[in-house]
Amino acid sequence: MAIAFKQETFRDDFSYRNSPENIRRFPFPFDRDEYMYAVNMEPHLKGQKGTAFESLIDVDEHYVAEMHDRALVLKEDPLRYQALPHMMTAQWDTLELLMEEQAAGFPEHFTLIRNGDQWRWINRPLGIDDTFTFGDRSTLPYEPLEYITRQAQGDFCIVDQRDGNLWMDAGMVTTQADWSLDFDIGMNFMEWHGPVPLAHQMGVFDRALKFLLNLQQGKPTRRFNWTMTINPRLDTSPENYHKWGPDRASVTPENVGEKVHLRVEVQSLWRLPRSNAILFVIRCYLMNMNELVTVPKWARRFPRVLSTLPPELIDYKGLTRYRQTTIDWLSRFDDGAPTSPGTFPD
Amino acid sequence: MSGGTEIPVRVTRVTPVAHRIKRFRFERSDGRPMPYFSGGAHVIVSMNDNGHVRRNAYSLMSAPYDCSAYEISVLHVEDSRGGSSFMHEKVREGDEMRVSHPVNLFQPDWRGRKHLLIAGGIGITPFIAMMEQFSREGACFEMHYAIRTRDRGAYCEDLIARYGPQRVKIYCDAENDRIPVARLLDSQPLGTHLYVCGPAGMIDGVLTTGLEAGWPEQNLHSERFLSSQPGKPFSIELTRSGRTVHVGHHESMLEAIEAAGIDAPFLCRGGACGQCETMVALCDGKLLHNDVYLTEEEKASGRKVMLCVSRFEGKALHLDL
Ligand SMILES: Cc1cc2nc3c(=O)[nH]c(=O)nc-3n(C[C@H](O)[C@H](O)[C@H](O)COP(=O)(O)OP(=O)(O)OC[C@H]3O[C@@H](n4cnc5c(N)ncnc54)[C@H](O)[C@@H]3O)c2cc1C
Ligand code: HEM
Ligand code: FES
Repeated sequence: MAIAFKQETFRDDFSYRNSPENIRRFPFPFDRDEYMYAVNMEPHLKGQKGTAFESLIDVDEHYVAEMHDRALVLKEDPLRYQALPHMMTAQWDTLELLMEEQAAGFPEHFTLIRNGDQWRWINRPLGIDDTFTFGDRSTLPYEPLEYITRQAQGDFCIVDQRDGNLWMDAGMVTTQADWSLDFDIGMNFMEWHGPVPLAHQMGVFDRALKFLLNLQQGKPTRRFNWTMTINPRLDTSPENYHKWGPDRASVTPENVGEKVHLRVEVQSLWRLPRSNAILFVIRCYLMNMNELVTVPKWARRFPRVLSTLPPELIDYKGLTRYRQTTIDWLSRFDDGAPTSPGTFPD
Repeated sequence: MSGGTEIPVRVTRVTPVAHRIKRFRFERSDGRPMPYFSGGAHVIVSMNDNGHVRRNAYSLMSAPYDCSAYEISVLHVEDSRGGSSFMHEKVREGDEMRVSHPVNLFQPDWRGRKHLLIAGGIGITPFIAMMEQFSREGACFEMHYAIRTRDRGAYCEDLIARYGPQRVKIYCDAENDRIPVARLLDSQPLGTHLYVCGPAGMIDGVLTTGLEAGWPEQNLHSERFLSSQPGKPFSIELTRSGRTVHVGHHESMLEAIEAAGIDAPFLCRGGACGQCETMVALCDGKLLHNDVYLTEEEKASGRKVMLCVSRFEGKALHLDL
């Protein structure tokens, strides 16, 4: 079924909203009433129709608006896209993967026609129809990674593998939860995870790194991460902190439902064939509290998760100023009944 | 099996290439394209020897961007326990087999200004795909290839014809021609990465020479075609499944555990990837660590063991499996 793409904004008047169908397919990340860091990785396999996992690279009703927002961010700050010179093969790997997956998952919107190295890519929602030579940078208007990630929802990092570590050597990062590609570029797995509390001591990163070093071609893996954002703003970057940081003080009991958003990242990891690098996809989903409480199970569970969060996580995720107000507002929807296991609506 | 999803293939060509070396061409039985891979990658070939499954790692030597088929070259080792004998004596054109997805534990460092490749004997195989990729991507490389005798040297003429005598140099033991390792390592431009694959003694020699000449460790790369060594038989107890498994003279722990119907993870079956790492619950005796994955401290601690290549001598070994 063709997706009806919305016209909406992630800044200024913040007209972003989820349709009722899109709320049902929201990847709610909590499978129980509490949360703590873990090596929460599972095979990235296709799920049921009508979920965010119906295709391995998800496209939804926000696609067109999100790509427009990315273009605005890049215009102001071109360094949100960077790739070190040795990552060119990995860039082509990524272009192939995203084109193949989008075309396979959403054939009414995307078509890829391959004829040897001569490729034709048709992106109907964005009105693109380009023919180019795979492997020849000069036949595309941008570098291959920039070209394709201007046409794919989510942020993207490509990490190179060497010396028993992973190195953040390329990326397109415009929808991030307060971290910066420009700052992290060239860092290794332990370095860029430096600011995360508790997880290092728990051994989470040692084990995750070992797992990723052996990630296999043809067997992508995924994990969830989450935080909260005030207003449906995709670009919560350190560079723009002055624009969004003050929003955190604007939450009142009256506006929680509209302003406070659960921000979920479905992160998938893919071993790339020609470069042996790993593509890390951070696909961000936003849902405000009015929308969240339309699913009774989520309305009960989320305030319980927020109430039991360790203080270090509250601080790191930046929830301190509005967490209690949000719990109080949500508690009206929590009758104390037990919640069913799993993440999906009942 | 836990080595990843397997690809069903048909053997479409078997070509003798040198003394005791044959090349095998695999095409997908389901007609789909083979996945692309990166130079240096290997696959695990599963062989069904009358119901007994043998699994060996073989480097991919076809062009990484050619998805019509995979090719490997196999040396028939002396005293083979089975794998390379099976490939040489039993495998025929038209046979159906299974291979794993490619795994690369010998990835070139793409930042290298120059890639200096050193091969001994069958150790040439991963470099054949690597050179193909370097040349397609315009990277600078130089190959030094040592063979014992002319009739044992696989692909010498082909490689010289393809890349020219400036980039490919052959050294023949029988003609008293040796790779001048020390001189080579002294005369490389800054930013060169070195890769060596061949007999254990050669790898050790090249790496030591490199370190002594002041090369950074990160610029020295090697791949060892390790396989499990035979040894005295022993028994292991698996604490989680409550089973006792006997490991025979010619068997690895991993093979014995698989034969008992227990699924244990692996990728390289050569002591390099770390996937088969297993916690030791009790060890009354001596672990014979044959892998290159665990650190010396980890080996000494006796708390972990790599099932694919290591062995045990002593009274009792309990594993957390
Ligand atoms: C990453 C990787 C890539 C590889 N790539 C290639 C490749 O491209 N081409 C290739 O030919 N091989 C390659 N190998 C090696 C290959 O996987 C096998 O190890 C090799 O073919 C030998 O297998 P086998 O089963 O015949 O020998 P095994 O039976 O496992 O014998 C292994 C060794 O033990 C010795 N041995 C066996 N039985 C005895 C005994 N009773 N007493 C004393 N010694 C004994 C043999 O001489 C031999 O050296 C690779 C290995 C790895 C880990
Ligand atoms: C190569 C893949 C990965 C990349 C590129 C990546 C990148 C990042 C970055 C940039 C951050 C923000 C750090 C900051 O505050 O500046 C982060 C946070 C984090 N990462 Fe990763 N990561 C990867 C894989 C993983 C994996 C496999 C795990 C598994 C456990 C993990 C766990 C975490 C956790 C727990 C946080 C804190 C998130 C929060 O509480 O909001 N990461 N990661
Ligand atoms: S399977 Fe790779 S180390 Fe054992």
